[in-house]
Amino acid sequence: MGYFVPVTPGTRYVSVGGAIACDIHGKNHHLSGSFAQHVESLDLIGPDGTTRTLGQDTDDFWLTAGGMGLTGIITSAVLRLTPVETSLMSVDTERVPDLHTLMRRMRESDDDHTYSVAWIDTLASGRALGRSVLTRGEHASAQQVRHRRRGGALPAEPRLTAPPYAPGWLISRPTTKVFNEMWFRKAPAHRVGEITDIPAFFHPLDGVAGWNRLYGRRGFVQYQFVVPDAGEQAMVEIVRRLADAGHPSFLAVLKRFGPGNRAPLSFPMSGWTLAVDLPTHPGLRTLLAELDRIVVAAAGRLYLAKDSRLDAETLSAMYPRLDEFRAGLRRLDPDRVFRSDLARRLDL
Amino acid sequence: MINALGQPQSLFLLGGTSDIALAVVDRYVAIGARPLVILAARPGPRREAAAQRVRDAGLEVETVDFDADDVESHPGLIADVAKGRDLDVSVVAFGVLGDEESAWQDHAEAVRHARINYLAPVSVGVLLGEVVRRQGHGAIVALSSVAGERVRRSNFVYGSGKAGMDGFYLGLGEALRDHGGHVAVIRPGFVHTKMTEGRAPAPLSVSPEQVAEAVVEAVADRRELTWVPGAMRIVMSGLRHVPRKVFRRLPV
Repeated sequence: MGYFVPVTPGTRYVSVGGAIACDIHGKNHHLSGSFAQHVESLDLIGPDGTTRTLGQDTDDFWLTAGGMGLTGIITSAVLRLTPVETSLMSVDTERVPDLHTLMRRMRESDDDHTYSVAWIDTLASGRALGRSVLTRGEHASAQQVRHRRRGGALPAEPRLTAPPYAPGWLISRPTTKVFNEMWFRKAPAHRVGEITDIPAFFHPLDGVAGWNRLYGRRGFVQYQFVVPDAGEQAMVEIVRRLADAGHPSFLAVLKRFGPGNRAPLSFPMSGWTLAVDLPTHPGLRTLLAELDRIVVAAAGRLYLAKDSRLDAETLSAMYPRLDEFRAGLRRLDPDRVFRSDLARRLDL
Repeated sequence: MINALGQPQSLFLLGGTSDIALAVVDRYVAIGARPLVILAARPGPRREAAAQRVRDAGLEVETVDFDADDVESHPGLIADVAKGRDLDVSVVAFGVLGDEESAWQDHAEAVRHARINYLAPVSVGVLLGEVVRRQGHGAIVALSSVAGERVRRSNFVYGSGKAGMDGFYLGLGEALRDHGGHVAVIRPGFVHTKMTEGRAPAPLSVSPEQVAEAVVEAVADRRELTWVPGAMRIVMSGLRHVPRKVFRRLPV
């Protein structure tokens, strides 16, 4: 027996304070909600240097959850953890030929699985548009892994390290096409109950230290949005735009969200979310601006934890409760002691 | 803030009526940026026309009275401009290119060239550096010239000024690195502008639009030194090593 964090993102390299400030989500959002919902209380140092303990019954708790660190410094938090029998996962994997089938599969049966996420090949187009690998998982029971030798819950160090300098072509359309093809083909057509460890299921990229360096000197931008169920067509449209534009993306991840919460700047809402990593390229500016418009038209929004390019005007079209957040922030920190580049850019 | 794709929220143009400065505005609009534009130039119809052009592009614009030669006025002016807001990208775009033959023989003219092409860029550079250090971020673009890379007989008054400002801004870039700042030195070849009107274009000549594109990408990629066109770098690295005896015979 042991305990597991109630919500884990795609990397282990996050802090509890950061997880609250970004109100992060995981592969279990459709059932479990986001991180802040599992926080009983938190201690916050405000701009005047005094510490307050905030519970879920206070407005300031919800300004801090998803508040991007602007309400103060979180020094400790009380979390409700999830009891688990083992440190292993039981994973079902299936290949899905196109986006339509994928979204139907996820709509029908996501609720039967604690964790669910799909990897999409964004370079596939035409009839193969949105071809993907859908993985679902549960914490393995002691019964399931009785005959298996168990190691530690988490490996101590990454297994591989990226070279310090990578050439610009390393992550390009042809190399990504090959990688995506291999990834798709190596996935089983349908496999049930494979036992894996926690890093392999939740944090695959943590296995390569400095993976971000593979993008070369220009780097990459992350783009993650959510659209409500009614905006399903917008999701299809965006996947098509990405395929047409041909910007290589290794890791496009589709997931279903459950309902959002009280926090005015919290990202999740019932519907579909897609996360992509795109190598920086001059053409991205107009492409992402177009995607923003599609997201806004579908009443969706972008994830601020990953954003590095949005403007204040578009943000207010995405977050209807933005003024409520700004008013709360003016009350908590009238002298703007806590500032960030994100806050300056988005006029938070 | 300049976002991850190199789109700024404010653009401060010193020498705001220059063709290159205005082409930079157009280029930013073309890549979807909507910066507040601050035009610093001498008051008059030229500045009014420039401001109107920026407004027509759909951007908010402010004008500031700026005389490059009046270096004593610079500290107050830049402090005012930077008050209460961040300067994301500042472009040092002013300069003079008079008649070279009179410039090296006319004392007053030579001194004026040196003041505007070297002294004034140093004056604003120090002040912009202060702004960047306080902000903890910000890009300064210095429009230098290939003329400063190897100063030649045909325009050595202009070239020597550019050589000086080029060196100053490369050094300023090193000094501001640890403060989150970035300085982009741009070395264009012959640019077709008001300033060069009526002169015979040199080989590898470029348009203000090409220079503007290089400026925008240099800011986005945090490049420290950019040649326009890129091939100019190879040409000049050859010319740099040509013996003086031969160099003076070249038709440059």
